[in-house]
Amino acid sequence: MTDVKTLEDVFQAKVDAEQKIEPKDWMPDAYRKNLVRQISQHAHSEVVGMLPEGNWIGRAPSLRRKAILLAKVQDEAGHGLYLYSAVETLGTSREKTNDDLNSGKAKYSSIFNYPTLTWADIGAVGWLVDGAAIMNQVMLCRTSYGPYARAMVRICKEESFHQRQGYEIMGVLAKGTPEQREMAQDALNRWWWPSLMMFGPSDADSPHSAQSMKWKIKRQSNDELRQIFIDRTVQQAEVIGLTIPDPELKWNEETKHYDWGEIDWTEFNNVIAGNGPCNRERLAARNKAHSEGAWVRDAAMAYAAKKAKKKQAA
Amino acid sequence: MDQHQALLTYCLRRGDDNLILSHRLGEWCGHGPQLEEDIALTNRALDLIGQARNYLQYAAEVEGKGRTEDDLAFLRSERQFVNTMLVEQLNGDYAHTICRSFLYDAWHLPLQQALTKSADERIAAIAGKAVKEVSYHLRTSSEWMIRFGDGTEESHVRAQTALDALWTFTGDLFVQDDVDAILVKAGVVPDMAPIRSAFDKTVETVLAEATLERPVDGHMATGGRQGKHSEHLGYLLAEMQYLQRAHPGAQW
Amino acid sequence: MSENPNNWPLWEVFIQSKRGLDHKHVGSLHAADAQMAIENARDVYTRRQEGNSIWVVPASAISASNHDDGGMLFDPADDKTYRHPTFYQMPEGAKYI
Ligand SMILES: [Fe+2]
Ligand SMILES: [Fe+2]
Ligand SMILES: [Fe+2]
Repeated sequence: MTDVKTLEDVFQAKVDAEQKIEPKDWMPDAYRKNLVRQISQHAHSEVVGMLPEGNWIGRAPSLRRKAILLAKVQDEAGHGLYLYSAVETLGTSREKTNDDLNSGKAKYSSIFNYPTLTWADIGAVGWLVDGAAIMNQVMLCRTSYGPYARAMVRICKEESFHQRQGYEIMGVLAKGTPEQREMAQDALNRWWWPSLMMFGPSDADSPHSAQSMKWKIKRQSNDELRQIFIDRTVQQAEVIGLTIPDPELKWNEETKHYDWGEIDWTEFNNVIAGNGPCNRERLAARNKAHSEGAWVRDAAMAYAAKKAKKKQAA
Repeated sequence: MDQHQALLTYCLRRGDDNLILSHRLGEWCGHGPQLEEDIALTNRALDLIGQARNYLQYAAEVEGKGRTEDDLAFLRSERQFVNTMLVEQLNGDYAHTICRSFLYDAWHLPLQQALTKSADERIAAIAGKAVKEVSYHLRTSSEWMIRFGDGTEESHVRAQTALDALWTFTGDLFVQDDVDAILVKAGVVPDMAPIRSAFDKTVETVLAEATLERPVDGHMATGGRQGKHSEHLGYLLAEMQYLQRAHPGAQW
Repeated sequence: MSENPNNWPLWEVFIQSKRGLDHKHVGSLHAADAQMAIENARDVYTRRQEGNSIWVVPASAISASNHDDGGMLFDPADDKTYRHPTFYQMPEGAKYI
């Protein structure tokens, strides 16, 4: 018992001294579990997140937009891959992680259970959803687990164009025909609150937060990040002439932040519980890709085995 | 038809081939058999849309009527698209998708190689860049054909089925008409005969290693270059062009 | 929890970004064989001109030192500063040394 205590002290001392924890270091079981849960959720979000945006690749309205969207959605696949790799360094295989997603056991960001109804949603997703994700990801570049932090550095570099391309789409629509303008405002109206929910429950109700902060897995609280996001986004909306759908939004001279309305957490919990508009479609699409891909993966392995055998015989 | 008109049509054909295939490959994005493969296939789609844009931009310039690459891609209708019929075929299972790309690549690479020597500098430059991309495409699609053919029993059957189904569209790749005749004479584009033998050789080598059988050259479906397509193309365009059609003149 | 033997194995990827530089570990991926691993690495890890040369190694072939042995393995080098050129004082005016 005393032994574990000592190991835990050594571990916490490393974390406190801002030293990265690496795969072969001793780490508390709960730290490992917490990381596996958080990183795999994050990976699943990247991969499931391909679906709502992929929905518009075929209908992108210009060749430039089509190429950008393809590259963007592909990047998200890469992000999922980097993160699954980080999970593997903790001893959990891609297959296991993937099975947990497909069986519905694992969670992913609820935001991707909302549908992309119009082209403006592609703008709103890039601007708001990637924008909110980036806040989190920039923080995670300094997370205490080495492989996770390194994956995040790579991801952040790639993310930098995601938010911009979305904001650009919104800006062009806002300046466009009356229909386009309406499309943009409608998308902002629908995506605003769900984006704020992406930062998670408020600090008071966040079950994992305190421990995650102590372990420096998280470095800033949900509420802090959410507030920075709101402050930045309100200004960006003003520049392109769109209105944030929150009647209580008001600049507070004292705090130097925006005051804002109330998040409808019943909706949030309902979507998490599986009752969002697209929960079933998203999981069904992932399961279909996986099961229909089985023969492809099997064929590649069978061929690799045959070739290895031939090489050995030669 | 004069050489100017021929050049315009030729650029549209090259642009349309790449655009339509890129669109089809894009349908897989997010649904691939393995994350790594999803990324690889999208890279291919991105290369092809890049090549499509190069040719369509050039077509727009050659036409000289103020139309843009987007006007050409989004505002021409079924009968005005001049892509080869192979590329508009449905994705089907992964064997169909790979086989369609393999047959396309086996034709596309020697064609682009020959085009690097085009008397038209712009085409030579576009082809010079494309050759690097397409070499990689042919290499990886060949490897997948071999993996499928010589992999499991199931993958072998699927690959052979795809090959049998798609073979009828290979004839359309080699059709030559006035457009080609004028441009061959001017040294802008190559004659198809050596492209055909390069294609045959690649197919023979890869299929042999894949233990797949080359289908017999029966009836060949042709007409793509004259805008006579299979029914699939109309649906593809309906999807691809919908926003531009629904909001005439809008910027995106 | 038994692993499906048909899962593609894990490969570690090392990329040389420019001629003359070291190959640096960039991450990992799954592939059925070495050739596919190189191609997947090209598609996954060099989409933004990061690559000049790629090494892939089966993850199972890598043995790693234990970080908690770090003291034993690496601290002994701490006091051997005479291995570093800055340890030596050169007389003023001496050039090219
Ligand atoms: Fe994302
Ligand atoms: Fe991402
Ligand atoms: Fe992103």
